[in-house]
Amino acid sequence: MAPPAQSQRSPSPSQPSGKSEVSDLKLQLRQLAGSRAPGVDDSKRELFKKVISYMTIGIDVSSLFGEMVMCSATSDIVLKKMCYLYVGNYAKVNPDLALLTINFLQRDCRDEDPMIRGLALRSLCSLRVANLVEYLVGPLGSGLKDSNSYVRMVAVMGVLKLYHISASTCIDADFPSILKHLMLHDSDTQVVANCLSALQEIWSAEASTSEEASREREALISKPVIYYLLNRIKEFSEWAQCLVLELVTKYVPSDSSEIFDIMNLLEDRLQHANGAVVLATIRVFLQLTLSMTDVHQQVYERIKAPLLTLVSSGSPEQSYAVLSHLHLLVMRAPYVFSSDYKHFYCQYNEPSYVKRLKLEMLTAVANESNTYEIVTELCEYAANVDIPIARESIRAVGKIALQQYDVNAIVDRLLQFLEMEKDYVTAEALVLVKDLLRKYPQWSHDCIAVVGNISSKNVQEPKAKAALIWMLGEYSQDMQDAPYVLESLVENWDEEHSAEVRLHLLTAVMKCFFKRPPETQSALGAALAAGIADFHQDVHDRALFYYRILRYNVSVAERVVNPPKQAVSVFADTQSSEIKDRIFDEFNSLSVLYQKPSYMFTDKEHRVPLEFADELGNLSIGEAANNVVPTQMVEENDKDLLLTTSEKEETKGSRNNGSAYTVPYDGSSTSVFASQAQIESAVSNPTLAGHSPQASFAIDDLLGLGIPATPAVPSPPQLKLNTKAALDPSTFQQKWRQLPVALSQEISVNPQGVAALTAPQALLRHMQSHSIHCIASGGQSPNFKFFFFAQKFEESSNYLVECVINTSSAKAQVKIKADDQNTSQDFSTLFESAFSKFGTS
Amino acid sequence: MISQFFVLSQRGDNIVFRDYRGEVAKGSAEIFFRKVKFWKEDGQEEAPPVFNVDGVNYFHVKVVGLLFVATTRVNVSPSLVLELLQRIARVIKDYLGVLSEDSLRKNFVLVYELLDEVIDFGYVQTTSTEVLKSYVFNEPIVVDAARLQPLGPAAIFMQGTKRMPGTAVTKSVVANEPGGRKREEVFVDIIEKISVTFSSSGYILTSEIDGTIQMKSYLSGNPEIRLALNEDLSIGRGGGTVYDYRSSSGSGAVILDDCNFHESVRLDSFDMDRTLSLVPPDGEFPVMNYRMTQEFKPPFRINCLIEEAGQLKAEVIIKVRAEFPSNITANTIAVQMPLPKYTTRASFELEPGAVGQRTDFKEANKKLEWGLKKIVGGSEHTLRAKLTFSQESHANLTKEAGPVSMTFTMPMYNVSRLQVKYLQIAKKSSSYNPYRWVRYVTQANSYVARI
Repeated sequence: MAPPAQSQRSPSPSQPSGKSEVSDLKLQLRQLAGSRAPGVDDSKRELFKKVISYMTIGIDVSSLFGEMVMCSATSDIVLKKMCYLYVGNYAKVNPDLALLTINFLQRDCRDEDPMIRGLALRSLCSLRVANLVEYLVGPLGSGLKDSNSYVRMVAVMGVLKLYHISASTCIDADFPSILKHLMLHDSDTQVVANCLSALQEIWSAEASTSEEASREREALISKPVIYYLLNRIKEFSEWAQCLVLELVTKYVPSDSSEIFDIMNLLEDRLQHANGAVVLATIRVFLQLTLSMTDVHQQVYERIKAPLLTLVSSGSPEQSYAVLSHLHLLVMRAPYVFSSDYKHFYCQYNEPSYVKRLKLEMLTAVANESNTYEIVTELCEYAANVDIPIARESIRAVGKIALQQYDVNAIVDRLLQFLEMEKDYVTAEALVLVKDLLRKYPQWSHDCIAVVGNISSKNVQEPKAKAALIWMLGEYSQDMQDAPYVLESLVENWDEEHSAEVRLHLLTAVMKCFFKRPPETQSALGAALAAGIADFHQDVHDRALFYYRILRYNVSVAERVVNPPKQAVSVFADTQSSEIKDRIFDEFNSLSVLYQKPSYMFTDKEHRVPLEFADELGNLSIGEAANNVVPTQMVEENDKDLLLTTSEKEETKGSRNNGSAYTVPYDGSSTSVFASQAQIESAVSNPTLAGHSPQASFAIDDLLGLGIPATPAVPSPPQLKLNTKAALDPSTFQQKWRQLPVALSQEISVNPQGVAALTAPQALLRHMQSHSIHCIASGGQSPNFKFFFFAQKFEESSNYLVECVINTSSAKAQVKIKADDQNTSQDFSTLFESAFSKFGTS
Repeated sequence: MISQFFVLSQRGDNIVFRDYRGEVAKGSAEIFFRKVKFWKEDGQEEAPPVFNVDGVNYFHVKVVGLLFVATTRVNVSPSLVLELLQRIARVIKDYLGVLSEDSLRKNFVLVYELLDEVIDFGYVQTTSTEVLKSYVFNEPIVVDAARLQPLGPAAIFMQGTKRMPGTAVTKSVVANEPGGRKREEVFVDIIEKISVTFSSSGYILTSEIDGTIQMKSYLSGNPEIRLALNEDLSIGRGGGTVYDYRSSSGSGAVILDDCNFHESVRLDSFDMDRTLSLVPPDGEFPVMNYRMTQEFKPPFRINCLIEEAGQLKAEVIIKVRAEFPSNITANTIAVQMPLPKYTTRASFELEPGAVGQRTDFKEANKKLEWGLKKIVGGSEHTLRAKLTFSQESHANLTKEAGPVSMTFTMPMYNVSRLQVKYLQIAKKSSSYNPYRWVRYVTQANSYVARI
């Protein structure tokens, strides 16, 4: 309840449903409407306040519309403002009544007080009623020419509002070009800033249908505009500075001296107390220097101190936002921050969302020189009263152990955790010791001695229990009582609620059986019986499978279930480098906080116009130069082309265009499917299972070991391509949408290729000579993006390729889609061999 | 670009609600509040300041128990929105004098006036208290400041020291004094938050000072102000970014790691004589933020001992020694220590003749709390606590309890030795002599001793 309502509420205890109060208000407003009595404005103010307070708490007071409008004939500005607020809120649902307000708003737009003119114009444009737009054009036109900057400022935003109500009215009135003029000539910087915001929105929205608009949008990031804005940057408010800086991020300077000029000009922005300005500046610096490795590193050094100051000077919320960005930078360049690790120590009163980030940063910066201190600090947190953070800290210690070469000291610490007698500490430590053993089997002796002392009864968490059981199975030859511990676990089969644990138990008993058959035989029988009777499908199936394979041949079973293992060298990273790069490209946005690129959490229509436009615009530039397809078409196309299939999956639900295409599965699940299928085929057919290399290949791949799928030296394949292939862009787009990714890989670009790739065109010509044609391309050094296609000779079977090249890392990400999946590998080899010749011929 | 702005009370009621673009459904306030309230089932973890529900991004900052929220569907700069929310809270406070649920409810029409001018169609127009003055016509209804917890770091001056006019910090920039004419005065506060972590052997593991020079001006006619800082002040730690506590001790120079400035500050002569010149805008704002990892003498030393004292019993001894001059007094000191989970009872024993101290054992989260009204420089205070356990402890007790943390406020004291040497106001006439208040205060941020 808002205060006026509360303080003047009738003594009756009933909550206001609003009904009687509203009709009461209606009556009172009517009485006051015509009154000219002295003090009537004060009574009106009180009534208006009540209406607004009801509106705020969500009571529908739209039925008072007529009365409110009648009462608004007043010279009292406070009353006027309340009335404007009310009208703005309800005009949309009351379009007919809204017409009533047009009259007095239009009159106020001509008031002699600029304040009234501005307010009235703003309210007029906020009505959001489509059939009233004709009344907006006149006042907006004069507002843009008003002598007072406040009115102009309001009018500019008014144009944008009009555009959202009726784009055609706005364009027909030629408002965008007036805004463009104002942007470059107005003396008031807020007017300039508003023009910039409005034009960015309007032209980005128009660009998909109008070639002219996309050219205008490009013009916003042209040298004269950027320089004009940059030279005045200090006159802008801090918020408008952010806007300008964001625009500068899209600007591509022609040479390095220009880059240094811009950086020198903006250098002092890094000392601004407003974190938004600092981060926007940092983004400019990072983007400008992407292709200049040395300078880029200097930028990292330069921005460290300002970022750390922002982290400690703002509210916890602000420091969280800054810290997330620092986190991103630390993850990209841990070595730059490795000596600053103490800044990432947690403070006891920090919220857990901050602590989590800091723990990840400590993990990332750990290296030979600071590991000891960092691990010591993390061990302190393990005893923390904040249990989730204590758990994270232990996991952090584990991660450091897995990324270090010298783990002696860390292993001791982990083993100490096991002896701490706190159940969650033990649980986390068990999981870690298991992972550690997978990477460093040489430590098994020390670890097993400690793990053997842990009573399985004290371990309740499924993950930890599974880890313990895995170790019992894996090291049953070294653990005296392994068979008996497993036996007692099997006896309590029914009390084990986690299917994961039961699965592990089955496998562990099998392994133990192979090593110590006489001691385990009875446990194995009980386990298989219990497993086959299990209601969980996976447990049932695995038990049955073990049973059958044992019956077939015990030694084959051993080769399948317990083959010799290779130590894991690197555990798979959960995020692809492409995703990480995308997040980095979206520096100073929510992507960094969510640790996801924007397409994963934004609807298509709400992507920041220029964010997307950037890539689009550049693509179309490259396109126009090549004259392959008209720009406009590419604009439409690559909005979709830019999405990979997995994104498609994400956005598919929200798209209501009725297209009935289905993507069978996305790239990531493909590989899992494939490898599972391999295992199944390997094991379900006992004769095949005998080929243990194949089985272990499949398993290794599951673990993300990444066995090279292609031979190191591509040999010219048999596939022949049509030299005169043709494909129109819309077919390409459609196919790209429908086909699954057949192959996705990273290939390196040879140094000659990097040197030759100064502009997209160079590669186009080269690939064309190999019968691989380009349909769209774009980008500036060091990042280029291409879409290629090719056709099989004398067949209409197509291959589609997305190729993203980063010349500074000399790597290309290639995605291939094919009509005929069977030949995609051949095509890939062909593509790679053609690509590798780039720059050499 | 934001879509909506609203302020919610602690119970989740809308106090003000403004929809700028009509892109987010009306029910967003409820969706937001439910999400924040039940972030994790156990209620242990706080919701992060930014999250996404069904494509809508929710930003919030907490100010005096109120939730200031913005929503948007666009991938905007989070720093910008969070900074904006904080700034809106500050502007409202400048106008209302006191920011609280009560003052917001009483003045919500004025707040709507402000919101209309601060943001238009989701784009920030201005957050300058001064610029906004010409657009705001409602008179603030001033609420009684005395019983409310005021906002902002300057609030700490409210307590204790009689020398400062308590009302100044809660004065609205637009409301006139009852006497008619406004008093010409300017406040400059040097506020330092210190973080120290002591190892179990009393060695300093990390220490940091986060400082702000905060200004609040009630000067008419926008005179220029010059603020002179220590002449030997230096910025940047000579390229060495490594923590190095010995590098500067004894030399007496104040070395800041880094600092930043409000946009009104001009640094023309800063490099020469360490003076800042500015024309202060109305309202409260930070002139300069700084950060220091230079070694400093921690104001308090904490000793803590926990040992078994028979079966199912243990004793805790906490000693706090004030290592600062005796003319300085720290106040509102609170010492906390988590105890072993199986602690069932704690009985306390204070030193003889202790006044203004209270002790408590928080059963729910097994925490020991010791509050002291004030501590005079040079003194030492001890607390003994006898603990009773419900089960035998197997492990090392020091792994089951601690660390000891401490909060305090020390007026007229700053550890960095950064000083405002003089505060010069450009004179309008010879009789013009406004009140100038330069105040120092040190607060504990994270002051922790491990055991």
